[in-house]
This record gives sequence, structure tokens and C-alpha cells, in this order.
Amino acid sequence: MPEAAPAIEVTRLVKTYGGVTAVSDISFHVARGEIIGFLGPNGAGKSTTMRILTGYLPATSGSVRICGVPVATQPDEIKRCIGYMPENNPLPEEMRVSEYMYFRGRLKEIPRRKLGPRIDEVLEICDLKRVRHKIIGQLSKGYRQRVGIAEAILAEPPVIIMDEPTIGLDPHQILIVRDLIASLRGRMTVIISSHILPEIEMTCDRVLIINQGRVVAQGTPAALRREIFGHSTYVLEAAGDLTAALAPALAEVDPTLQVTAEGEPDAGGVRRVTLTTNREDELGEALLRSLVRREVRVRSLSRTHPTLEDVFLAATKRSWDAVQKPAR
Amino acid sequence: MKHFFTLLSHEIRMLLVTPATYVAATLFLGFMGLIFSQILEEYSARAQEISPAIVYFQLFWLPACVMVPLLTMKCLAEERRLGTIETLLTTPVTTTEVVLSKFGAAYLLYVSLWGSTYGFFYLLRRFSGDARYLDSGPLVGGFLFIALSGLFFVAIGVFASSVTSSQSVAGILSCVMLAVLLIGGNAVAGSNWLDQGILQSVKSAVDYSHVFGHRDDFTRGVIDIRHVLFYLTGTILALIFSILSVEAKLLHS
Repeated sequence: MPEAAPAIEVTRLVKTYGGVTAVSDISFHVARGEIIGFLGPNGAGKSTTMRILTGYLPATSGSVRICGVPVATQPDEIKRCIGYMPENNPLPEEMRVSEYMYFRGRLKEIPRRKLGPRIDEVLEICDLKRVRHKIIGQLSKGYRQRVGIAEAILAEPPVIIMDEPTIGLDPHQILIVRDLIASLRGRMTVIISSHILPEIEMTCDRVLIINQGRVVAQGTPAALRREIFGHSTYVLEAAGDLTAALAPALAEVDPTLQVTAEGEPDAGGVRRVTLTTNREDELGEALLRSLVRREVRVRSLSRTHPTLEDVFLAATKRSWDAVQKPAR
Repeated sequence: MKHFFTLLSHEIRMLLVTPATYVAATLFLGFMGLIFSQILEEYSARAQEISPAIVYFQLFWLPACVMVPLLTMKCLAEERRLGTIETLLTTPVTTTEVVLSKFGAAYLLYVSLWGSTYGFFYLLRRFSGDARYLDSGPLVGGFLFIALSGLFFVAIGVFASSVTSSQSVAGILSCVMLAVLLIGGNAVAGSNWLDQGILQSVKSAVDYSHVFGHRDDFTRGVIDIRHVLFYLTGTILALIFSILSVEAKLLHS
């Protein structure tokens, strides 16, 4: 297994079934030790891509390499390199948690003498020790999700693929899973899909957004904000002679700073003004000084950050527009 | 085949914790016990020309048609319905290992249940104190036939389970396929219309696959290698089709 190769390399991957293209020519790389969030609307092709990465489904064309090993020609080797938690986390209902972990550990070729201590370790990490002797079918959704996660990390594979691992978890459990995934950073490469976008933003180093089987955006959340929105936004609430004072104050701080929306004054004469700039650095303090010098009474000034949700919606909308344009 | 025994022991354990197994076992042992007690009553009423073991195996087709579907309907259909086949096949195991382990577990249980009915004959011999009641020739032949034909029947059940994700559909399909093989084959073999010259090749094929005829030969102590080959090739083909069916479903899932 080449040490220098990226953990995951996907090149021009295409998957069609029954004439429907589920994944259309997607390419991306994931470095070793990186945690990447895989986002997309329902039916975008996330689960199909993940299944191809695991070697479970064959690709129609394109190539996928895990740790430098091609999935198409060496699927058995790939299965030793990955821990996979599928969508909906299917588990055998009749087995006890510890029995299931032992069975999976044996299938994943963990030596018998190491398996017991390793099972204890993952049960501890995933807070499952209390339910280790319980039957899986009797566990709550949160525990079942954690059994799936524990199983995925059991053999300490270099690549972990999890399809919606936090679905159905309460905030406390989400926090545990987030910390768990964060603890894998640098040691294992993790690719997770989720619809809980703040979760992805907090956990992942990089985000990959796909829509209609195509990659529509990829990069760090900050880079995606820059790429998609291209500007920073400030919201100012102030009273005074804004018409006269605002334009020179903005020009003094940054020539690209401009008013994009202006509200009506409230009972105290305070207006809400939205400002945008192409600059990424913080302009708040300079702007505040400039406004105060011009005797503008400032009630508040804040910089608004588009959330990952905004980025996701904008990126997917952009891809819909791109698809619909040629039809018009 | 590195993981075969891990999977096989898992499958056996799963069969032992499934209520359907106990339903099948109870029905089977109850039914066979009833047949055996009927045979004893007949034999105690008047003298018979044939060994009780031969009569005992004559009704093998009924439990085979009911028990095999009950033991096998869940094996692959349920894995697919729950989606656990996906987690299974993303570990370093092959489809062949998965199918063979499920077949092996169901077959071992099938043979064990039939084997446990040897107890009827043992009890008869012990309490009658007469060795003639335990006519070993037909008994050994009969159990050998059960073990050999069981390979094919269980493989048919596994194949039925591989083509659908519904346990009940798998059960019905398996029952129908076994009924066609056993009862249909017997009905066709007994009909006269196959005696016409043009249908001679069909008749020879039907005779070759006439399971009731094989049973009679085995219980008479005749072990024909053609019969053995019939069951072995049938088993291998059914298992190959099961593996292909699982893989074809993956390609189109």
C-alpha cells in the first residue's frame, strides 16, 4: 500500500443504473488524516459514491483508489482499509452488542488476542459499556447509531466512511459523536455525510457538496463562503445624518465597502443598514471609528457570516440553475 | 474461504436463536413421531412384508417441502431486507463464503433434525428387545438418501432466498420449487404419455430426476452413482445460481 498516496482519490467517477445517472463524472481527493464532509440534497448521489468507495458497488466508469489501491481490481484489499457505516445503519436485531462486535472483529481479521481489549476500548469510546450485553434489537436509536460507529472504527482502518452517522441522535449524543470523530483527526481519514450542517462545519476540515451526481463545490467552509458569496457583510444600526456621513466614512475605510440595503428609521431614528465589501479582513473597528468621528450614533455593528447552510443552498441552487439554463 | 468457519458458526448461532427454527423443529419431530407411531400400530396389527424403515422414509417429501423453506427462507432475503448484506460484503468476505455459510448452517440443522429421528428406531429396539426391528440396511440407506437429497433441497431453499428480499416470497418459492421437483417429477414419471417414441429423451430425463425412485433405490440398499451425481450437480448449480443472484442484485441495486 503506497504510503505517500492520498487516502482517497476519485477520478471521473460515473455510475448509472437502468439508464439513470446517479453519479456523473465526479473527481476529488482526500488527504490522509483529513475529515471531509460530504453534503448534498437527497438523491444527489452521496450514498452511491460512498458505496463505490467501499467496493460494494462497481462503478460504471472512472477510477477510485483508497490509499493508492484501486477499488475496481483489488476490492478485497480495499475492504481491509475501510470502516463503513451505511445509511440507516443496518444491524442484526437478534445479536448482543458484544457478540456483534466480536463477530465483526473476526471478519475484519483482528487477531483473537487483540480483539477482546479492542472491543472494550471501542465500547468505552462510544459509551456502550452499559449495554454491551443487551440485544441490539432492544436498543434505542442513539445506541444503535453508536454501535454502528463502534463497528466502523473497530479494526482501526486508515479510512472511515460514515453515511449520516448522527441521524436520530439527541444533542448530547451528537456531541459525543462529534468529539469521537474529531479524536480521529490525523490518525484516520474520515468521510461523513450528514444533513446537520453546523455539525459538519464544526467537525470537518473540508466540505464537498454534490448535487445531481456532480461536485458543485469543494473546499474549506471559509473558502466556500468566499467562492460562493465573494464578499463580507456587515450590519450597522445607527442614527444621525447617515445620508451625509455614511458615504465618506465607507470610502475612507475601504473603497469597495458599499450599502446594499437600508431600512426605515425606527421610533428612535435608528436605521438598519447592510454593507458589503470584497475584503476578507476585519473592518469593523476602523468603520466604527470613522462613523463616530462623523457624529453618527452607532447602536450596533456586526459582521454576518453566511452559515454552511447558506453555502449549501447557494451551491446547490447554482448547480440547478446551470442545469436548467441550456434547456431554456 | 478464510472466513467460512467464522460465518458458519455465526449462522448456526443465528439459526439457534430464531423462533422459526424451533417452529420447524417442533413441527418436523411431531410429524415424524406421528408417522412412526402409525407405522408401529400397523405393524403390531398385522404382519407386513417390508421393513418399517422403508415405510418411514416414504413420506420424506412432506417435511422436506415444509421444513426446508422454514430453515432457509430467512437466510439471504432477511439480510437484504435489513441491509445487513451491505455491511457484511464491505468486510473482507466474499459472496461465495456468505452463501456457503448460510447453506452449511441450514443443511447441518436439516440433517441434525433428521438424525434425531434415529431415536425412534433406537427406542423401538431397546424396548422391544428384538434387533430385527432395527433393520439397519434400509435405515442406513434411508438416512444416506436424506443426507444426499438434503444437500440439493437446502440449496434450492438458499437459491429461493437469494432472489427476493421478502422472507414469505422466498418461503413460497422454495416450497413450490421443491414440490415441482418432488411431486411434479413423480406425477410426470408415472404418466403414460411420455412413453411415445418422440418423448423418450424427456422420459429418460424425468426418470433420471425421479426423486421418489432414488429414495426407493437407497432404502433397498442400491446406491447408484448417477443418483449421487444428480444431487451433487444439482446442489452445485443451485449454489452457483444463488451466488450469481446475490451479485446480480448488487450490480442493479
